[in-house]
Amino acid sequence: MIRTNGLTRHFTVKKETVEAVRGLDLEVQQGELVALLGPNGAGKSTTLRMLTTLIPPTSGTAEVAGHDVVREQSEVRSRIGYIGQGNGAGHTQRGRDELISQGRCYGLSRKEARSRASELIAALDLEAVADRTVSTLSGGQRRRLDIAMGLIHAPDLLFLDEPSTGLDPQNRANLQEQIAKLRAEYATTIVLTTHYLDEADSMAERVIVVDHGRVIADDTPSRLKEVHAGDGITLTFDHEDDARRAADRSRRVIGAEVSQFGTTVEIRVLGAPQLLPELLVNLAADGVTVTSAQVARPTMDDVFLNLTGRSLREGGTEPTDTETTVHENQEIAA
Amino acid sequence: MSATVMTPDAENDQARKSAQMSRRRPSLLQDTTTVFMRELRPVLHNPFSVVFSMIQPLVFLGLFGPLLSDFPGTGEGSALQWFVPGIVVMSCLFSGAFTGSNLLFELQTGAHERMLVTPLRRSALLIGRALKEIVPMVMQTVIIVAVCLPFDFELHLAGTVIAVLILAVMTIGIGALSYALALASKDQDWLFWTVQQTLLFPFLLLAGILLPIDDGPGWLRTLADINPLTYVVDASRLLFNGEIASTAVLQGAGAAAFLAALGLLVGIRSMRRSN
Repeated sequence: MIRTNGLTRHFTVKKETVEAVRGLDLEVQQGELVALLGPNGAGKSTTLRMLTTLIPPTSGTAEVAGHDVVREQSEVRSRIGYIGQGNGAGHTQRGRDELISQGRCYGLSRKEARSRASELIAALDLEAVADRTVSTLSGGQRRRLDIAMGLIHAPDLLFLDEPSTGLDPQNRANLQEQIAKLRAEYATTIVLTTHYLDEADSMAERVIVVDHGRVIADDTPSRLKEVHAGDGITLTFDHEDDARRAADRSRRVIGAEVSQFGTTVEIRVLGAPQLLPELLVNLAADGVTVTSAQVARPTMDDVFLNLTGRSLREGGTEPTDTETTVHENQEIAA
Repeated sequence: MSATVMTPDAENDQARKSAQMSRRRPSLLQDTTTVFMRELRPVLHNPFSVVFSMIQPLVFLGLFGPLLSDFPGTGEGSALQWFVPGIVVMSCLFSGAFTGSNLLFELQTGAHERMLVTPLRRSALLIGRALKEIVPMVMQTVIIVAVCLPFDFELHLAGTVIAVLILAVMTIGIGALSYALALASKDQDWLFWTVQQTLLFPFLLLAGILLPIDDGPGWLRTLADINPLTYVVDASRLLFNGEIASTAVLQGAGAAAFLAALGLLVGIRSMRRSN
């Protein structure tokens, strides 16, 4: 569905070249659900904008839905759906009108566009608000309208750029449900970008971790966690002496990475839930009293931290809008 | 909500739907119509919105117009007969120049980006928008004429219709230029408003819309001579007063066509580079 070869994009910022995407080689098969995960400014959105023909690559090639993104723009455009970071519906428009005109943009007949719009309005639970002015809709309703617009022509391939940014937890859950449903019903290939770890974790079958414009990992979420981060066991004790003895014992029993801070012992290991009971029995035999025991499953943040030495959250929780905006301004100025 | 389990029927149905729906590219005319209708819809749903950009022309009509009776250079008869055509041009100019702000807003919300990813032709994105300007512009002209009829204003229908045609062509050009300015001002609202406000009044004054220029200093008359709006205003004055057969009318039509061509050229170029 997607094949890129050395895809690269530079922006000129104050006469300096910023390499937003550096030589990306990517292959996505039909029916896959892929998440591009990375901190703000990693090059996720820029990649998506190249794949959706919004900006041309500086070098390299990309074939999307069987067509070249530079030479065959309209072929690519007619085959993909795109749900951007903003709201696709004009604020002075009515939702249903926007859906119909979106259908007309893709060459649907008036009748087809109208019936397809009604279908999506029903599927996305927008019946009550579809004939209201878009500016009066809530954030969640607008987002559902965006999804409906992205699906109007039943694309084989759907791109979503930060689909859940700015949504409350309930609407995020709703969105994830919609995407899952879309795949179950239509076998649509989906590529989304996110900087929400849990989103990549729970939705995607394949996570591509991007940093500084490069792919640094590409695997299933569970494999990534297995390879790049273990489970965490945290034990606490009443006395530092107990903690020290427990740490020694843990090293012998599990042979894993063990660290002790005061009365706390932290263990990084695979399969912690299975190992913990055995460890506790051993500690009890040693006469060490454990005050509390906790198992933490690895998160995508641990994966990212292990891969880059930085936390994914360091960039803050701000959406990437500002990042993209800066690039584009400078590009125009350049 | 329908069931999430996919049946073979649904699969076939989807494959068929997808094959039927997305593989036929509309013509330029269809693309333009799609954009035109989309732009027009909010105006039709809320016709009162066209009055918004008319406030200034109406203020000038009501509060400035009365000062012009017996003003030298405004002709023999009622001052309205001289002033109204200028106010109509002003209202076209304002609504055309203002319209880029709609695009500016859609550049920020993501609606424009969404349309850029569809197979719509870039040229249609601009032409459709620019053509839509004709509708509010005709509505505004009708309002201005209707407001003036009870007063000392004589309507010459044939000439007025021709004037509206010329003004429609001019408005397409002004609208297209305003869209080009909006595209250049992406993420910098202030740039759009600064340029727009800076240009609007000089063009307005130099076209002799508010006061006649004929008795002004030479340098000012020279500036007026190179302002295409001057010719449109002159032609409109003749046409609104029923004088159709005149070289000035032809010059006005030429100036309007020049503005439309310039606007579309610059506008389409900007739209093609838009991302």
